[in-house]
Amino acid sequence: MSVTPMGPDVVEAETVVSDDSSDVSVEQAIAGRTPWQLAWARIRRDRTSMVALVILVIAIVVALLAPIMVAVGLLKPYETHQNLVQGIGSIPTGAFGGISSHHWLGVVPGTGWDLLSRIILGITLSLLIAFCATLVSLVLGTLAGLISGYLGRWPDFWISRGMDLVLAFPQLLMLLALSPVIVDRITKFGVPTGNPSRIVYLIFVLGFFGWPYFARIIRGQVLSLREREFIEAAKSIGASNRRIYFKELLPNLWAPILIYFTLNLPVNISAEAALSFLGVGVQSPTPTLGSVLTDAASYSTADPVFFFAPGIVIFILVLSFNLLGDGLRDALDPKSSR
Amino acid sequence: MFAFAVRRSLAAVVMLIVMSMVTFLLFIASATDPARIACGKNCTPAQIADVKHSLGYDKPIYAQYGLFVEGLVHERNFPDDPAIEKNAPQTIVHCSAPCFGYSHINTALVSTLIAQRLPVSVAIAIFAFVLWMVFGVLSGIVAALFRGRWPDKLLVGLALIGYSFPTFFIGLVLYQYVALKWQIVPVPEYISIFHDPIGFIRGGILPALTLAMIYIAGYVRITRAYMLEAMGEDYLRTARAKGLTERKVIFKHTLRAALTPITTIAGLDLGALLAGAAITETVFNFNGVGKLAVQSAVNGDLPVNVAIVLIAATFIIVANVLVDVLYAYIDPRVRYA
Repeated sequence: MSVTPMGPDVVEAETVVSDDSSDVSVEQAIAGRTPWQLAWARIRRDRTSMVALVILVIAIVVALLAPIMVAVGLLKPYETHQNLVQGIGSIPTGAFGGISSHHWLGVVPGTGWDLLSRIILGITLSLLIAFCATLVSLVLGTLAGLISGYLGRWPDFWISRGMDLVLAFPQLLMLLALSPVIVDRITKFGVPTGNPSRIVYLIFVLGFFGWPYFARIIRGQVLSLREREFIEAAKSIGASNRRIYFKELLPNLWAPILIYFTLNLPVNISAEAALSFLGVGVQSPTPTLGSVLTDAASYSTADPVFFFAPGIVIFILVLSFNLLGDGLRDALDPKSSR
Repeated sequence: MFAFAVRRSLAAVVMLIVMSMVTFLLFIASATDPARIACGKNCTPAQIADVKHSLGYDKPIYAQYGLFVEGLVHERNFPDDPAIEKNAPQTIVHCSAPCFGYSHINTALVSTLIAQRLPVSVAIAIFAFVLWMVFGVLSGIVAALFRGRWPDKLLVGLALIGYSFPTFFIGLVLYQYVALKWQIVPVPEYISIFHDPIGFIRGGILPALTLAMIYIAGYVRITRAYMLEAMGEDYLRTARAKGLTERKVIFKHTLRAALTPITTIAGLDLGALLAGAAITETVFNFNGVGKLAVQSAVNGDLPVNVAIVLIAATFIIVANVLVDVLYAYIDPRVRYA
């Protein structure tokens, strides 16, 4: 998993540095490469990261196409097939949960919904929720980290205490306890009751509890960046704070932001599934990976395909994001020892 | 050192007070009307107003908070109404300190509900803690010693795989397959460790393992990282140069430096877990605080939720203080002014 930059890379990295800092004319043969190109070259050589990346690209393409496929009738996540289920508990007819040429992963016990359709649309919704929640954490955390790290003094004091406070809350218990209270409020704002309100709840509350993690990392980076010459230069020509935040500091923070975005996403995918299981997340018939797996929980031995399929999809997504995140960290920040 | 401990504790108390205010505000200012739940389904608006008054939910929010805090150190009565006390004293529930309120859904005192369930949660948390410390830390040490070779990759990989499955999925697989279908271990149930230690281990092994699974991955990585960091230190070269055996170098010099930061992380994680593991307790049907939290969330039982969040937060904050102070003791490099 870990990639140590080898010979040629190190030489190139040094070339880039000397490009920046000296006027010595560089020979044509040595092409300077941006840090991004270097990172990409390292990722390319890391087989684990590449496999994870390919899996995730496929998953994201499928997720984006799923609503279109539902619209044109390729996927039918809500169409019931009572003729395909039978007996006590309405277990699917046929081997392996009723796998057939029409239903590649079989059908759901009870209703006869097509399992593959539900899992594919579930990937879309789960990724959407996780992505938006992570984005909320990222925006809040980056703003807090920038302000707190750059201004120091009392803004830093209060933002840091705020972080301590949020981190001291028992997250899962808080998510459970807040759900009746906040879902109610969201419904009053005009969001349709039930699953749409719950999705909004998940995005904002998961997002809210995630911001201190981003803020801590950004703050740490800003603390060292703000002592650098280019910030001093920007200040001396009278740049506004806003300009320093977004034009000077932020472009230097993309590496940690990207790494922690990739590592935070799988946390939210798992959280969505867990909250669905605990009864405060998205519920059937709306398919998310969590709600499909929750439906399957009572059929774990009676219909193993139904139970294991969504579980393994979640596993593959979470594992891929984690592996890619690790790979990105190795590639973008080779000095870090983890 | 002493001054540091005092200052840190004072900060923790302030934090707890702020936390209790935020929690109380979030919940009590909610749209769900506790009086309606207390009164039952077939209540006229006039009856609801009556109940609201007798329970004190019509008071301004700061007054309600005041009563709540007062209850923590002093006894309260539910409903706290002199008229009812005179006419029907048998309907009044007496709540001695620390009083967290009264759950109308469970028709019981919140403190009683939690006190019944806390031992279950604490026992499972400690069992899981032992498992993840043993497996996680040992694997991390082995991984660091075999850095880059197959044991390293295998252990780190296995830990990551365990971490990537949803907790309730692992729990269900262990419960439904290992216990019920294949009957490798007895059906999980909570037996007090003081009653029957063997029964406790047999009944609690699966929930504890489920819970430990999430942490093992993290501990393998952290231990490995700290080990590698410690192995690069100069004093190890000194130790080798003066002729110590490799075993002594690893066990006496490297491990001590590597494990010190891990104790602090472990303390924090254990503190956060003591007030209940909602998912695991729900999967294995253990009547712990976590399961109570899930039930209360689904039923909208606000007093119970407020109490559980506050108790859990207290555990976390106390663990923070203890760990900070402990760290200054065990790591001679840390000096607090």
